[in-house]
Amino acid sequence: MSFLEMLYFIIPSAILYATPLIFTAIGGVFSERSGVVNIGLEGLMIVGAFVGIYVNLEYASTFGAATIWVAMLAAMIIGGIFSLFHAVASISFRADQTVSGVAINLLGLAVSVFMVKMIYDKGQTDTITHSIDRFAIPYLEKIPFFGPLLFQNVYSTSILAFAVAIGAWFIIYKTPFGLRLRAVGEHPMAADTMGVNVNKMRYIAVVISGALGGLGGAVYAQTITHDFSHATIAGQGFMAIAAMIFGKWHPIGALGAALFFGLAQTLSIAGNQIPYIENVPAVYLQILPYVLTIFALAGFIGKANAPKASGQPYIKGKR
Amino acid sequence: MSNRVINILVPIISIIIGLIVGAIVMAVSGYDPVLGYSALWTGIFGDSYSIGNTIRQITPYLLAGLAVAFAFRTGLFNIGVEGQLILGWLAAAWVGYAFDLPKIIHLPLALLAAAAAGAFWAFIAGFLKAKFKVHEVIATIMLNYTALYIANAVIKKLSDGSFKTERIHESASLRSPFLRELTDNSSLHYGIIVALLMVVFMWFILEKTTRGYELKAVGFNKHAADYAGMNVNKNIILAMTISGMFAGLGGAMEALGTFGNASIKPGFTGIGFDGIAVALLGANTPLGVVFGASLFGSLKYGALNMPNAAGIPEEIVSIIIALIIFFVASGYIIRVGLQKLSKKKEGQ
Repeated sequence: MSFLEMLYFIIPSAILYATPLIFTAIGGVFSERSGVVNIGLEGLMIVGAFVGIYVNLEYASTFGAATIWVAMLAAMIIGGIFSLFHAVASISFRADQTVSGVAINLLGLAVSVFMVKMIYDKGQTDTITHSIDRFAIPYLEKIPFFGPLLFQNVYSTSILAFAVAIGAWFIIYKTPFGLRLRAVGEHPMAADTMGVNVNKMRYIAVVISGALGGLGGAVYAQTITHDFSHATIAGQGFMAIAAMIFGKWHPIGALGAALFFGLAQTLSIAGNQIPYIENVPAVYLQILPYVLTIFALAGFIGKANAPKASGQPYIKGKR
Repeated sequence: MSNRVINILVPIISIIIGLIVGAIVMAVSGYDPVLGYSALWTGIFGDSYSIGNTIRQITPYLLAGLAVAFAFRTGLFNIGVEGQLILGWLAAAWVGYAFDLPKIIHLPLALLAAAAAGAFWAFIAGFLKAKFKVHEVIATIMLNYTALYIANAVIKKLSDGSFKTERIHESASLRSPFLRELTDNSSLHYGIIVALLMVVFMWFILEKTTRGYELKAVGFNKHAADYAGMNVNKNIILAMTISGMFAGLGGAMEALGTFGNASIKPGFTGIGFDGIAVALLGANTPLGVVFGASLFGSLKYGALNMPNAAGIPEEIVSIIIALIIFFVASGYIIRVGLQKLSKKKEGQ
């Protein structure tokens, strides 16, 4: 395999693995920016993956080629609704946000597998018939080097992921809504004094993170695994949290980190076919995202600071 | 109503609501809740075999619960019990088969190795927190996956490409023919004694030693502890290390008692995360952990009987456990409800 061929193989695959991480990590950015820690992203992805596969299997004949999009929309809606558990517990009932997130993870997995067994009478669904396919972007694919690298084997969901990242950046940094969102995450009392409804902002942020987490799960299941079982989402949600932190709670940073982690995942899976790294044990690449995140937090790779009020419920009148 | 009564009522109410919601979920899904719960009951207490296996299931839950509870008491959230447990599991299994020693040395050595492995892994998180202010929740989550992948790679290496290590030698085993016979050939082992000793150990450190007093003080208010001349950073590291030691021993229960080896895992065991539920339900006290571990361990093992006896997926029990965590964590709202209720009664 020549160096170019290798790149043409690795880069599209890295983007494929990064796509679900991008959606979910951006969801995490919304939630944490508003001051609500969301450890439950893994559970939300699991629910999204299940809903995506279920809708795809059951309604493929009704919607035809549009099935994948209907499935993703359904996963977003159910993901958003499911995240309300976390929102109600951690915002209104002042539960410990980490504990509530852990409960979301347990609940998401348990409910999804329970439903699979109830509906299909077995632990694993069938393989979907309509999956998200690659396509080539006209004209752009003809560009030398960049064409085969980026535009010949594109998933529409990957384009959507980039759009969501840029859109999230715009919303969080360029709109009044985004300013309020950041304000309730940094200093909720000040925001409250200025007439911002802290709890409402946090509810919205958590539901956005639920919807994006659900979307991430549905994308993962429909592009990579093509079915659903208890092991479909195994750590993707936690890796998205890592991407969010490594990206320093910034949408574009999260995008970059997700792409990098996607690359690490690709190399750990396909590493033994790739020259130069075939002798590197896969375990190094598998643990790379997590180790790097710890380094980033420790300040070895630029200091990553969480939003100030992150993790604390806002109680009116309490200093 | 006194605070003490409310503190006991919150978990009990949470369990009851959890079980009721579980019944509703079963009914809505077209299953028979009565049949389901009776299958669960038989799965736990049905015969001496079930009871033996239930106690075996409770054993690692006790230690995982202690690990989370101990860290909580010192103001730390150890969500990394899972990773520490996996490494303890591996260390115990390795010492168990790699050495040939008399039982009186071999078994303690294997337990010690597991405790050391878990303690070391948690120490990293404690060190990062003390030295670099890295939040222990994130650090331990990241360390969980690191531990999982490292353990899998090491097991592959140790077993020359196979998926599990050699069997541990009899001299390192916690298994007991006596307990087996007593419980109709269940896999009950002596680990339960180790776990209960650790419960006493945690109570002793926290309640009877100066060090324990300092650890709790740092947990209550680290600024005040600092002002009183306590070394906060040292206590943070020590607390995480002890917490990890409990978790590592939890892994040893699986390696030396239940399975007799360490195998490659596609994902987490779940014991570490359930440990959070155990600690939470037990209000982070040693006695509370015994209660929490008994409940969740029993539910988990009893659930295995549900698909056969009632045709209900065993995941219903995980749903119930997750709901109980939600309710206990949302204790604030239950407290408010209870206080309103008691005020109304006084007003009458």
